[in-house]
Amino acid sequence: MLYSEKVMDHFTNPRNVGEIADANGVGEVGNAKCGDIMKIYLKIENGVIEDVKFKTFGCGAAIATSSMATEMVKGRTVDEALKLTNSAVVEALEGLPPVKIHCSVLAEQAIKAALADYYTRQGIDPTPFVGELADLDEEHLACAR
Amino acid sequence: MKRFVYADNAATTRISPQVLDAMMPWLTDGYGNASSIYRKGREARIAMEEARHKIERALGVPESRPDFPVEVYFTSGGSEADNWAIKGVAHLMAQQGKKHIITTVFEHHAVLHTCAALEKEGFDVTYLPVSDKGLIDPAQVEQAIRPDTALVSVMYANNEIGTIQPIPEIGAICKQHGVLFHTDAVQAVGNLPIQVAEQNIDLLSLSGHKLHAQKGIGVLYCRKGIKLPNLIDGGAQERGHRAGTENIAAIVGLGAAVEAACADIAGRAARLSAMRDRLIAAIGQIPRVHLNGDAVRRLPGNVNFSFEGVEGESLLLMLDALGICASSGSACTSGSLDPSHVLLGIGLPHEVAHGSLRLTFSDENTMEEIDYILDVLPGVIERLRAMSPLWERMSKA
Repeated sequence: MLYSEKVMDHFTNPRNVGEIADANGVGEVGNAKCGDIMKIYLKIENGVIEDVKFKTFGCGAAIATSSMATEMVKGRTVDEALKLTNSAVVEALEGLPPVKIHCSVLAEQAIKAALADYYTRQGIDPTPFVGELADLDEEHLACAR
Repeated sequence: MKRFVYADNAATTRISPQVLDAMMPWLTDGYGNASSIYRKGREARIAMEEARHKIERALGVPESRPDFPVEVYFTSGGSEADNWAIKGVAHLMAQQGKKHIITTVFEHHAVLHTCAALEKEGFDVTYLPVSDKGLIDPAQVEQAIRPDTALVSVMYANNEIGTIQPIPEIGAICKQHGVLFHTDAVQAVGNLPIQVAEQNIDLLSLSGHKLHAQKGIGVLYCRKGIKLPNLIDGGAQERGHRAGTENIAAIVGLGAAVEAACADIAGRAARLSAMRDRLIAAIGQIPRVHLNGDAVRRLPGNVNFSFEGVEGESLLLMLDALGICASSGSACTSGSLDPSHVLLGIGLPHEVAHGSLRLTFSDENTMEEIDYILDVLPGVIERLRAMSPLWERMSKA
């Protein structure tokens, strides 16, 4: 298992770890059985992600992708954050081992889940913006390696 | 100064200086082929047979003579020895219509995957469950024996959680029922007193690199009289039973390593179990941890804990950054979808198995290294738990 220096940097010094007490969008994906859970907290004001924090239970790649994904959406508009893809996270981390690609998928889905929660709290159906999230955190996704 | 603590001796060990010294002549001037008739060949053969005799003596082979060792065969390692023993006995006994094998759910993959391959050939395999401490009851073996049982294969000591099986008792049962008995003793040799004849062991596998010899050398002990079919055909090496020009340096190194390891079993057990028990007592103080395996029937140098709310790979990476080499049974480190079959075998839920840490020690470790591990480990666990949503959920519950 060879991780890039960028992955090791984000694993060793993860950015944006923690919780936001007054978050207005919170999303959690993954499950304990598969060995990875990501939880994202968003503080959105006037359509801009003013603050973002994460908590992750998982391997080195799970922590690094969470950290990178939060960096990539911080200060961005909701619309921009919705366009975040797992491959952009992988690229920003200078690559991931093939068996760890699912971690980047989880990170993308965790951001989307938090955004969906934000829409829901506004009384807006998130589906047109975020897509179907129903099966995102099901086992088969988290364990699909 | 950055610390370095090697605490993964169940994965592999460093070649000891005395083993390397024993090997050196055979890596340099002693390059003769042991099958050659001239002096350089004869010298190699004599060195090889001396090593074989040392190993036979250490294993308690009663009739071994320096000039005529008979029951130890050199292999490429523990995996080859396991394959040869199990496939060999299966094919031998199938001629008598015996096509049933008994083993356990938490054997090494060299045993489990060999049994799976035999199942595809039409053999029937019983996988005995182990207790939550990782132990087999000899009565389970006795109950599983059928008229068509060819072989029982139970590991001497488990590589992950260090539990020591009641091998002499299982051996006695097998003897009484006329069933051949194999044990994978890769983790046990040098840690536990093994006497093949007294303990009714018919076949035994061992590996060099777990006891300070080099990688790529191992042994299959096979009791005289068992006409094991060959696994590797070719030249007449190993009395015609295992082809391939012998690796004399590795063989001589293995002889030295086994002799040294078995000469000081009690002393090593005392030193390593003092380190082990200090770690077990101190790590046990951390909230929500579980010792995996039995506290008493345990290899002297094995510590295996699960830390709830923590994932093993990130734990290993953080320890690595602090100079500590260890291993884990998490899925991420096993390279498969599931965490270790051993940890699942003792009944751990997946999420607890993912958070396992194995620390294994040898003669090269010191109590001061244990202190260092204990200085840094609680902080690492705390840091990972602080960022774990699973831990957050558990602590609220």
